[in-house]
Amino acid sequence: MATLTVTPVVAEILLAVGAMALLLVGVYGGKRTLSTVWTGSVALVVLAGAAVLWSSDQAPGVQEAFGGMLLLDGFAVFTKVLIAVGSAGVLVMSRGYLVKRDLDRFEYPVLAVLSTLGMFIMVSATDMLTVYVGLELQSLALYVLAAFARDRARSTEAGLKYFVLGALSSGMLLYGISLVYGFAGSTAFTDIAAIAAGDGAAGNIGLIVGLVFVLAGLAFKISAVPFHMWTPDVYEGAPTSVTAFFSAAPKVASMALFVRIAMGAFDDMIDQWQQVAIFLAVASMVVGTGLALVQTNIKRLLAYSSITHVGYVLAALAAGGEAGREAVIYYMAIYITMTAGAFAVVLCMRQDEKYSEDIADLAGLVKTRPALAVAMGILMISLLGFPPFLGFWAKYTAFLAVVDAGLVWLAVIGMIASVVGGYYYLRVVKLMFFDEPAASFEPQRDRGVKGVILTTAVANSPLSLLLFGPLNTAAANASRAFGL
Amino acid sequence: MIELIVFLPLAGFLAAGLAGQSLGDRGSMLLTSSFVTVSALLSVALFFEVSGNPDAFHTVTLGSWIQSGDLAIDWALRVDTLTAVMLVVVNGVSALVHWYSVGYMAHDPSKPRFFAYLSLFTFAMLMLVTADNLVQMFFGWEGVGLASYLLIGFWYQKPSANAASIKAFVVNRIGDFGYSLGIFATFLLFGSVQFDTIFANVDAVKGTTLDFVGYDVPALTLVALLLFVGAMGKSAQLILHIWLPDAMEGPTPVSALIHAATMVTAGVFLVARMSPLFEAAPDALAVVTVIGAATAFFAATVGLVQNDIKRVIAYSTCSQLGYMFFALGVGAYGAGIFHLFTHAFFKALMFLSAGSVIHALSDEQDMRQMGGLRPHLRTTWALMLVGTLALTGFGIPGLIGFSGFYSKDIVIEAAYAGEVGGSLFAFVMGVAAAFMTSFYSWRLMFMTFENKPRASKDVMSHIHESPMVMLVPLFVLAGGAVFAGFAFQDWFVGDGRLAFWAGSIVQGEHDVVDKAHHVSKWVEWLPTAMMALGLGAAWLFYIRSPQLPGQVAASAKGLYQFLLNKWYFDELYRALIVRPIFALGRLLWIGGDQKTIDGLGPDGVSRTLVAGAKRMRRVQSGYVYHYAFAMLIGVVILVSYIAFYSGGF
Repeated sequence: MATLTVTPVVAEILLAVGAMALLLVGVYGGKRTLSTVWTGSVALVVLAGAAVLWSSDQAPGVQEAFGGMLLLDGFAVFTKVLIAVGSAGVLVMSRGYLVKRDLDRFEYPVLAVLSTLGMFIMVSATDMLTVYVGLELQSLALYVLAAFARDRARSTEAGLKYFVLGALSSGMLLYGISLVYGFAGSTAFTDIAAIAAGDGAAGNIGLIVGLVFVLAGLAFKISAVPFHMWTPDVYEGAPTSVTAFFSAAPKVASMALFVRIAMGAFDDMIDQWQQVAIFLAVASMVVGTGLALVQTNIKRLLAYSSITHVGYVLAALAAGGEAGREAVIYYMAIYITMTAGAFAVVLCMRQDEKYSEDIADLAGLVKTRPALAVAMGILMISLLGFPPFLGFWAKYTAFLAVVDAGLVWLAVIGMIASVVGGYYYLRVVKLMFFDEPAASFEPQRDRGVKGVILTTAVANSPLSLLLFGPLNTAAANASRAFGL
Repeated sequence: MIELIVFLPLAGFLAAGLAGQSLGDRGSMLLTSSFVTVSALLSVALFFEVSGNPDAFHTVTLGSWIQSGDLAIDWALRVDTLTAVMLVVVNGVSALVHWYSVGYMAHDPSKPRFFAYLSLFTFAMLMLVTADNLVQMFFGWEGVGLASYLLIGFWYQKPSANAASIKAFVVNRIGDFGYSLGIFATFLLFGSVQFDTIFANVDAVKGTTLDFVGYDVPALTLVALLLFVGAMGKSAQLILHIWLPDAMEGPTPVSALIHAATMVTAGVFLVARMSPLFEAAPDALAVVTVIGAATAFFAATVGLVQNDIKRVIAYSTCSQLGYMFFALGVGAYGAGIFHLFTHAFFKALMFLSAGSVIHALSDEQDMRQMGGLRPHLRTTWALMLVGTLALTGFGIPGLIGFSGFYSKDIVIEAAYAGEVGGSLFAFVMGVAAAFMTSFYSWRLMFMTFENKPRASKDVMSHIHESPMVMLVPLFVLAGGAVFAGFAFQDWFVGDGRLAFWAGSIVQGEHDVVDKAHHVSKWVEWLPTAMMALGLGAAWLFYIRSPQLPGQVAASAKGLYQFLLNKWYFDELYRALIVRPIFALGRLLWIGGDQKTIDGLGPDGVSRTLVAGAKRMRRVQSGYVYHYAFAMLIGVVILVSYIAFYSGGF
């Protein structure tokens, strides 16, 4: 602890300093510098992603920083790159939407960058305190973003709801942390892990209760049932670009943190957290699928879809071990392409100077906007997990890990949920391809949105046969290089 | 040569079927018709080369079809006298029907399709008659069934045509089931389905028994009867005859080709082809005799009272097929094939002439709406007259006669001379049917062409003789109907028969055909007397005193209705088979599938899911405190569950 190592945290420093700088530019430059701030933000996030890769090249194996409060391992590198890609991708397609909704202010990209910084800290955290700091930084930025359309009741309602419930979940998390600290005598993951591995840990009820509270706090962030109630309301109420942001990077970060705490700090209490994960997984798969069946709003549908997908990921997590870890991050990598693409399509649903969110408005899309319909069709089928679309490989890997762990019944529930889920994804496809046109959307001119749709649609199409191999290898390597 | 004969129609079918659009109507018609004509001419050449010349018998192996364990089946074309006779019949009639159809179908919008089907049928029929094993024969057998189905339902806009085509297909399936069981039993018994192997081993397996549905039955009888079930279906014999009259829904050229001259005789051909096997199973032969004789009688009685011109001829066909079968049954295989041969000419002639009448009367088929057509359709009348004379067996015994005279007389005499069980029955039935044949044929002639016109003025004003393209094929057929019997009787059933068949069917020096030539004079004269009697009765009923039929029908109302309704076979089947099956199907469909499987399965699950989702949605109230409450409850449940699970309490 004698020297101050900064190489592992170059990306975080870059994001923090850069966000402050952009804030200053925005404050003093006003409207003139708006474009600079946007470009700068996207560049900053991309740069941060690159910096992570650079840092990991500087030393072999696991690197520590700030006296072991943060670390950089293969797992963190993979998830951070994913977060950077997710954040940058969503930022790229956001501005056109915000301009049309008259919400184009410099705070937006700066908040997104700060949130990204919080996520980076989350996935690198090795101490309960850094966990909390990262989580709160990420969340606070998101609370504000959710309420960004501040003169719109639904947006402020969404922000407020998210904030109040988020505060409650933070309370649970802190309560859990304090219990863990009380019974383990430390907030550092390594110390906790040592206690958890010791004799009698399984009967240490205080530690167990603390673990459950911590995981409950995280379950809120990944919107696992029954901590999911905010998700549909916030997804629906927040501006669509914010919802898109919500659905991608923060999910990855929270999920990675879930893995870090479960498999890092409490690896030897797998019996306990596995039960938590199974409970959350089953509840999320069942409730998410069930409620998605009756949605008429595309954003709410995607909200329930995200809950269901989190259920699958949690099932993979419950499998435990390296295979489970690999399945989780592999799934998340594929999931963000699907969800970002789907929201990009939602951003194209604009007619009569208004953005539509009604699923019925997609009817007959193939006749009015064939390319968009095909892209959405690919994304929906991929979300459904139909081979050989990309989403299939995610589900396949996840269920394979679950079956290998001996939890066949859990995989069966997952399969049933997938089959039932086929209904609401295919309903969208059926509407677009077989029904008479209901609405005619304005042509999308924003290159960012177009680019995201094209990229994600191609990636999710059967061409993914070329993609899933390398991605799988990367995920497997990242899983093997888990630093704790 | 045989390859060309068989595959030219296939080429025609493929060309007209696949490229009918680009060939155009005219191109398709000319192409298919010329191909089949070439095939027909080659067949005639082959006939004269092969018949009576056992050295020219050969089998052309085209390739292996199935190889599985002991089962080895080739695609092969077998050429012997029997095949050559069938080739002439099939290709000859088919070529004439092709050309006739050029005129008959002139106003139809889908000519390429029609000609493609005709050629497909011809190809399948050729595969059937040239097969050298039972399985390839089955291929042709099913092929003609398919073509028949397609052609009966050619006018698919007509619901009745669709119903008829389905009926024909389903009834044939019953026969085909028997046939396939027969193939299985043959393989079980002989270890082969190849004809030569089977015939060579018939003696070896004589007396063995097979287990069939729990009974030990004589193996050869079983095989023969199972194959005969197939023949009954295809050749519309009693019990399985109900599809043939309905098949008249198809265009008339189809009726002439498929449902008179060729396909329906496939069963006769099958029995003749398998004659060495049937010969070793006298019980089976007795069954063939009785069924054939019963069909000849039954169909003739129904033919007496039908009013649809095509149906009369259809029942006549059915009846004549019965003749062929009882000829086979009593062991006179040559006589059966001879009647098949002559029948193909005069029955095709009658159908096509009837088609000419129907064509002239703007598609009127009811004879009650005809009458008095002779002055308007002199050529057709003359042709029909030739057909009728041939069918009724007009001639002077020991001297000369039309073709039907020779073949029918030898069939009836063979039945008299036969020693198989049921021969006497066949003789009696055959003689009775001969009388009725004469009666209904002349009734048809008189109702159609004599007396005053009963058609409307409008129809009568449009009446016209058919074009040459339709009449020329009829002249050729008429030639056959007049001379075929006289010209070929010596070869088929006369002194030259042993040399002619040369072992392609079972023959003997002193067999039943030989005995048939030495029956008493009264037997020889009886069919002719019946023919004259029938003619006289028809003249009395329809020329002399036209009020008589009505009076007779009124006085024997029950009998009349019984005959008019075809012995109530359709009604019987509907009540015994069709209704119960429909009821069972409905039960399984509504009760089993819709209510049980769908109800508990897809529909029930989706109903439950949606209902459950709607209930769950109520929890999603939008109130923050509800959400917070759910979270707290969730954490409480989780903590309790995990603590309990870990044994902490």
